[in-house]
Amino acid sequence: MLDEIAAIEAAAKPLIAAVVTLDELTLLDQQLLGKKSDLSTFKAKLGGLDPDGRRAVGGAVNRVRDALTGALGARRAELELAERLVRLQAERLDLTEVPPATGAGHLHLVTQAMETLEDVFVGMGFTIAEGPEVETDWHNFGALNFPPDHPARDMYDTLYVEMGEPGSTVLRTHTSPVQVRVMSTQEPPIYMVMPGRVFRQDTPDATHMPVFHQIEGLVIDRDITFADLAGTLDAFTKAFFGGEFTSRLRPSYFPFTEPSAEFDIQRPDGSWLELGGCGMVHPNVLQNCGIDPEEWQGFAFGFGLDRLGASAHGVADLRDLFTNDIRFLNQF
Amino acid sequence: MKVLLSWLRDFAPFEGDPVALGEQLSDLGMAVEDLQRIGEGLSGVVVARVLETRPVEGANKIHLVVVDAGDGQPLEVGCGAFNMQVGDLVPLATLGTTMPNGMEIGRRKMAGVWSNGMLCSAQELGLGEDKAGIFILPAHLEPGGLFTEAMGIEPDVLYDLEINPNRPDAMSIAGVARDLAARLRIPFSLPDPSSQVIPAEAIGSVGVEILAPERCGLFEARVLRGVTVGPGEPKMATRLALLGMRSISNVVDVSNYVMLELGQPNHPYDLAKVAGPGFRVRLAREGELLSTLDGVERRLTPDDLLICDGADVPVGLAGIMGGATSEIDATTTDVLLEMAWFHPIGIVKSSRRHKLRSEASARFEKGADPEVVDLAMRRFAELLGASLEDGAAVAGGALPARPPVLVRPARVAKLLGTDLGRERIAELLNPIGFRSTAKGDDLEVRIPSWRYDSSTEIDVIEEVARHHGYTSFGRTLPRAAATGALSPRQRDRRRLRATLIGRGISEAMPMPFLAPGELTRCGLPDDGITIANPLVAEQSVLRTSLLPGLVGAIAHNWAHRNHGVRLFEIGHTFNRAADPTAELPDEREVLGAVLAGLDASDAVSLWHVVAEVLGFETVRIENAERPGLHPTRAARLMLGDLAVGALGEVDPGVLDAHGIGERLAYLEVDLDTLLAEAHGGATYRAFSLFPSSDIDLAFEVADEVPAASVEDVIRAAGGELLWSVRLFDVYRGTGVTDGHRSLAYALRFQAADRTLTEADVAQVRKTIIDAVQQSLPATLRG
Repeated sequence: MLDEIAAIEAAAKPLIAAVVTLDELTLLDQQLLGKKSDLSTFKAKLGGLDPDGRRAVGGAVNRVRDALTGALGARRAELELAERLVRLQAERLDLTEVPPATGAGHLHLVTQAMETLEDVFVGMGFTIAEGPEVETDWHNFGALNFPPDHPARDMYDTLYVEMGEPGSTVLRTHTSPVQVRVMSTQEPPIYMVMPGRVFRQDTPDATHMPVFHQIEGLVIDRDITFADLAGTLDAFTKAFFGGEFTSRLRPSYFPFTEPSAEFDIQRPDGSWLELGGCGMVHPNVLQNCGIDPEEWQGFAFGFGLDRLGASAHGVADLRDLFTNDIRFLNQF
Repeated sequence: MKVLLSWLRDFAPFEGDPVALGEQLSDLGMAVEDLQRIGEGLSGVVVARVLETRPVEGANKIHLVVVDAGDGQPLEVGCGAFNMQVGDLVPLATLGTTMPNGMEIGRRKMAGVWSNGMLCSAQELGLGEDKAGIFILPAHLEPGGLFTEAMGIEPDVLYDLEINPNRPDAMSIAGVARDLAARLRIPFSLPDPSSQVIPAEAIGSVGVEILAPERCGLFEARVLRGVTVGPGEPKMATRLALLGMRSISNVVDVSNYVMLELGQPNHPYDLAKVAGPGFRVRLAREGELLSTLDGVERRLTPDDLLICDGADVPVGLAGIMGGATSEIDATTTDVLLEMAWFHPIGIVKSSRRHKLRSEASARFEKGADPEVVDLAMRRFAELLGASLEDGAAVAGGALPARPPVLVRPARVAKLLGTDLGRERIAELLNPIGFRSTAKGDDLEVRIPSWRYDSSTEIDVIEEVARHHGYTSFGRTLPRAAATGALSPRQRDRRRLRATLIGRGISEAMPMPFLAPGELTRCGLPDDGITIANPLVAEQSVLRTSLLPGLVGAIAHNWAHRNHGVRLFEIGHTFNRAADPTAELPDEREVLGAVLAGLDASDAVSLWHVVAEVLGFETVRIENAERPGLHPTRAARLMLGDLAVGALGEVDPGVLDAHGIGERLAYLEVDLDTLLAEAHGGATYRAFSLFPSSDIDLAFEVADEVPAASVEDVIRAAGGELLWSVRLFDVYRGTGVTDGHRSLAYALRFQAADRTLTEADVAQVRKTIIDAVQQSLPATLRG
């Protein structure tokens, strides 16, 4: 009987090795180990044996069962691996041959520069104010200490809008009217920047556009000084351009600030770049906005950002910013 | 404003590195835009006389000029300028000379003839910008002499300064010298001319009358006798050339020289030609004509100020330009010299109206110095070598009042952040003519006559800051603890931009100006607000919609074979305000997006994404025509009863007008209206933990009935149990009545507190079907 059991094992081994599909293996599994298998018949015969014989045969049956189960399992693993490899091969994709779907869109260079600047100023404790692009003469000039016919108005090539009295409505020449709106409606202290689009009657060329963008800053509090202006602009310079940049102020003239200054930054190579204008808010401007200049004082500054944004990406001609050619837009 | 270092040195002993001096000028607010070294590379340039000019065969751009360079031998030089005449003296760069620009002069062939040197323009000599012709030299020089010696040219430095409107003093060499000397703490002195004064004779007969005293503060005339009109003095001519003025004659040169040196514009008349003799200063009569020196006949208005002679004939546009009559000529022996002070605003307005700016108007419009007139008169006589008649014909109008200004050192400290102290403030102000006396803790400051711009405490504080040095105040940061943040609107805008680029849409920036007719070409009403003074007509209308700009951008791309371009813009539109008395237009911030090659349904999808990202849950669209959009593929965007924009496809006619060969899906959202409504900040709606029941319902609905209304009815009837509704199929064709379509909806039901029974679902299903069939022309499909 023991020999017969051993023979089952011997006969089964080559069968297991010969199986090539999982389905065949399942079938063979049933034949070898199922209820109707030869091995199971020996199990049924155990009852007719003496205890020693029962132990010997039972042990032999269990050993062969374990051996066959192990061999079937091993073969199953082999076949599963082979099947997986076949399937994986069949599913192979060349991912480099996938046609590109529509890619991401791109923010305009000017927007990117604007958002970066806004973020720097927000980090410095400023909030952001906005206003209309078509403005009254009062907001754009009058309140900013440009009396009618003041020669300083000639510094701006103003575009006038045909509304109301001739000359009463303009396309804002700077974002300063937003300062007027803020100061006329809010109590100090004020710590704000005003980004936006401005207009000049300028012939387009590589460095001038009739439409461009500025960001201005306004700080009004009880004891803001000229040194605070210099310090704030220097802190901005380092935050935006990098710690190795420095800044300086040079006397200049704007009707709405006094003392007025040009704001230059120095690059690490020692060269200077004129960035914008600034100064202490003129007492007349504060008064025009209903703020007592003996109680409150502060500074304002402003600069254009189109050139900053363009030069950071090697765009030499500002006209390129406004062609809306997708080959330009999608580079940034 | 150009200044010469040597000329500045006439007033103060400036020493040291010219570049360092330039930096001081910049630091005082007179930015050095250019620094040019003069008189270098001229050692090989000699004075030569033109003997003859000959054409060169086969060349019409050059001719051969035969000159005598002092040795009596004719020398042939090829020359591309034709402004010389036989007998003229010209500068000749001899062979071997290296010019200021580095060019080496050698014997060379021009158009087949040999040229033995080069005749030079002022620009080639580094002496000013005149390059129109060869620099014709004063006639009395000797041929063969070294050019620099003959012309009195020494090595010099020419600064080109940017002068701000608040620096009338810096419109003169003396004024720049005064400011710089004060900074360097070196002595400054004005000239003290000692001309011969002879008894008054002719001046007694000169009458001066001011009929517009508010426009003319001072008018003074004096007589210079014994004048011999001749060529300009070489050194003076050189300085004038360097500052951009041509030498005309000794009298005209002195006139210009005095203006540049002292900042006082002036006008010399031939006394014999002045009718009257005398002057009236009056406003022009409407339509009066005057020919100015530049040869233009100008039609005047009563806002123009005229200088007239004794016979009331206009001889000059006051403070701007003289007339063509009474000019000095070779026969002049007595000069009637006029100097005046005109009110800046009047000069600005006249000069603007006539588009005529002159050296004189540039000075008067900043505010000239009324007290320099006497000095300028004497300086004029001295430089001309003429005798000055004693006495003057003077009339006075309204000069600006110059009350002293109280300057509080405490205020200075509070604004500048540094307590300079009263003494230091006085010390800074004194050398630039702001004389101060102590008054209690404060200073009473008298503003100098050359600072018309300055009249208040803050003006004086600026002078203090300027001379103390802007870089000397240190750097501090404001002490207040301010908190920075983007506003909700700014955050929404950024979220919107991020969403759009994530959908593959790039941000465009079209010009907000349109050409006339562009609105019409885009199917929009032609009611744009116009610009009164556009640079070009193509930019004369303000956009009323973002459509034209975006369609234009697509047209540009299409024309460059960039197809399927997707663009958006967030920008302002300008429409006429509903209230005709409104000061400003109806200006709105609008989002526009255009998707080339896609259709209206893509615009719908985009709108749903935009609304969802911004946190609007209840937006709807209503089919509605919209100018510029495809009439049967357009919808209005609704938030409750509020219209917040439109979407659809661009009208095929508009596409044709722009030469675009692909469909354009279009979305326009009025952000001002939309974002003013409550959005975002949704309250959490707990979802059920019990299984959902899903059913599909398909209705056959007439084409005229918007799918949106079917969905509205389903939602209303579904009540609380209806968790979601999704239109998943639209079908037209076999099995569906013509003019109808099948709309299939997937409905999900769920209760918060239990598993729905089949009876529950059957009930709500029936309710929904009944509601749809009863309230709409719709039938359930079997």
